[in-house]
Amino acid sequence: MKITVNTDVCIGAAMCTGLSPQVFTLDEEGIVSLRETNPPEELRARIEQAVGFCPVAAIKIQD
Amino acid sequence: MVHRTPRRITIVGASIAGLRAAESLRRRGYDGALTLVGEEAITAYQRPALSKSYLTGDRQASDLVLPRQDLDADLRLSTRAVQLDTAARQVWLREDDGPPYPQPYDGLLIACGTRARRLPGGDLAGVHTLRTVADADALRADLRTGGPRVAIIGGGFIGQEVAATARGLGLDTTLIDPLPVPGARALGLRTGQVLAGLHTDHGTRLRMGCGVTGVEGGDRVTGVRLSDGGLVPADVVVVGIGVEPAADWLAGSGVLLDNGVRCRGNLAAYGAPGIAAAGDIACWDHPRLGRPVRIEHWENAVRQADTAAGTLLDGVSAPAYDTTTMFWSNLYDSRVQVVGHPGPDDTLEIVEGDPKTRRFVGIYRNDTGGPTGVLLFNMAHRLADYRGTGLDEGLPSSLAS
Ligand SMILES: Cc1cc2nc3c(=O)[nH]c(=O)nc-3n(C[C@H](O)[C@H](O)[C@H](O)COP(=O)(O)OP(=O)(O)OC[C@H]3O[C@@H](n4cnc5c(N)ncnc54)[C@H](O)[C@@H]3O)c2cc1C
Ligand code: SF4
Repeated sequence: MKITVNTDVCIGAAMCTGLSPQVFTLDEEGIVSLRETNPPEELRARIEQAVGFCPVAAIKIQD
Repeated sequence: MVHRTPRRITIVGASIAGLRAAESLRRRGYDGALTLVGEEAITAYQRPALSKSYLTGDRQASDLVLPRQDLDADLRLSTRAVQLDTAARQVWLREDDGPPYPQPYDGLLIACGTRARRLPGGDLAGVHTLRTVADADALRADLRTGGPRVAIIGGGFIGQEVAATARGLGLDTTLIDPLPVPGARALGLRTGQVLAGLHTDHGTRLRMGCGVTGVEGGDRVTGVRLSDGGLVPADVVVVGIGVEPAADWLAGSGVLLDNGVRCRGNLAAYGAPGIAAAGDIACWDHPRLGRPVRIEHWENAVRQADTAAGTLLDGVSAPAYDTTTMFWSNLYDSRVQVVGHPGPDDTLEIVEGDPKTRRFVGIYRNDTGGPTGVLLFNMAHRLADYRGTGLDEGLPSSLAS
């Protein structure tokens, strides 16, 4: 599973980091960055939740 | 009364709360008819960008539209709900200037948000409010024509963001508010002082402690008249004096209205069956605070949409909405984030950093010392620590004394 984040629209709501801290983190500016661009399949459920909860739809899963 | 799962759901309002509610209904397995009605010409978009990057950039309205899943929904844009008949369970819709027609429902989700409050007598050319992308397009065009002097009436967050954006374009900018500092109505005087310093350091002129008696001009606006007799000359005026629930179409329907649609804890509307509300329009019985609360923030709309969808499907027995959400604002180079619901009279205790450097974390406490919210000023990287983890966030237990 490959994921991307759009840092132009991210507002640092920290939903994704709360749901899946293994994959998402916030940089110094409070904008999302990825710890893993190819996270293991067992994290999929949490990542899908993050996709749904991100208030600006900044996260995409590209299978 | 036995709750029957609805088979014909209509959602009024196709912005963030409406869209997320539609997604939630499908995710929860609802496979009946779904109609999504929105007054604007496009589906949910990043409304918060309107006072920020959208005003300076070259993006088009369509660039702001949020991606959406396939909802198998009947999407009716440029269509307004004009009346609600709860006895017949019909909502009357009207597309542009077409004739009104009835739309039967057995579940109705009200997500029609708020409208910008207007200044009485303020309909001169050059005077703007900012709520929709159409408003933002008009304001952007004016800001980019001939280097106008800009006056902003109202030092709330939208007014402050427009001020910051106008300054970012190099424009002569004045922010006017009757309170002594900007942002005080939401975040109190101490935070307001920090915000005041931020504005003046970036060259925005503050006219605080000043009421406005009206705008001046002929065909176009030429200035803002202040209650102390002063005049702020301006070619563009932005009115940011708050919003009001877009509830006119619900008048007389039986749905209880009081500061928006009055809802039970689980967002089921009082006054008529089969109706729930979410987002800026919903004023619900807050289970923890023990009083009705209405919140005008993006994340709240996202979260409430999911609860309201569950309530429509499961009836009034569905669980209450009790999520502590976050609000953010970007001003110049600063990012302000607030978790929880601080009141303007709560005291702010600084727990990290220093307000002088505009990098700090503060905790708001009410008169009994209970924490009501957390303020992060340029401390976004600490947000996750203060809002807890996962979806059960609230104030961290260490603070919830
Ligand atoms: C300029 C601006 C900047 C903002 N910045 C921030 C920010 O930085 N952070 C933050 O947390 N929040 C911010 N907000 C607030 C945030 O955008 C709102 O809380 C959020 O949009 C609420 O979503 P909603 O779906 O409840 O209502 P809305 O987004 O208001 O959507 C309601 C929709 O319903 C439609 N509608 C209304 N009446 C009818 C009717 N009778 N029939 C059919 N359709 C109808 C409206 O046209 C609208 O499209 C900002 C708002 C504005 C205007
Ligand atoms: S949830 Fe979305 S907006 Fe929030 S930090 Fe993650 S990517 Fe950014």
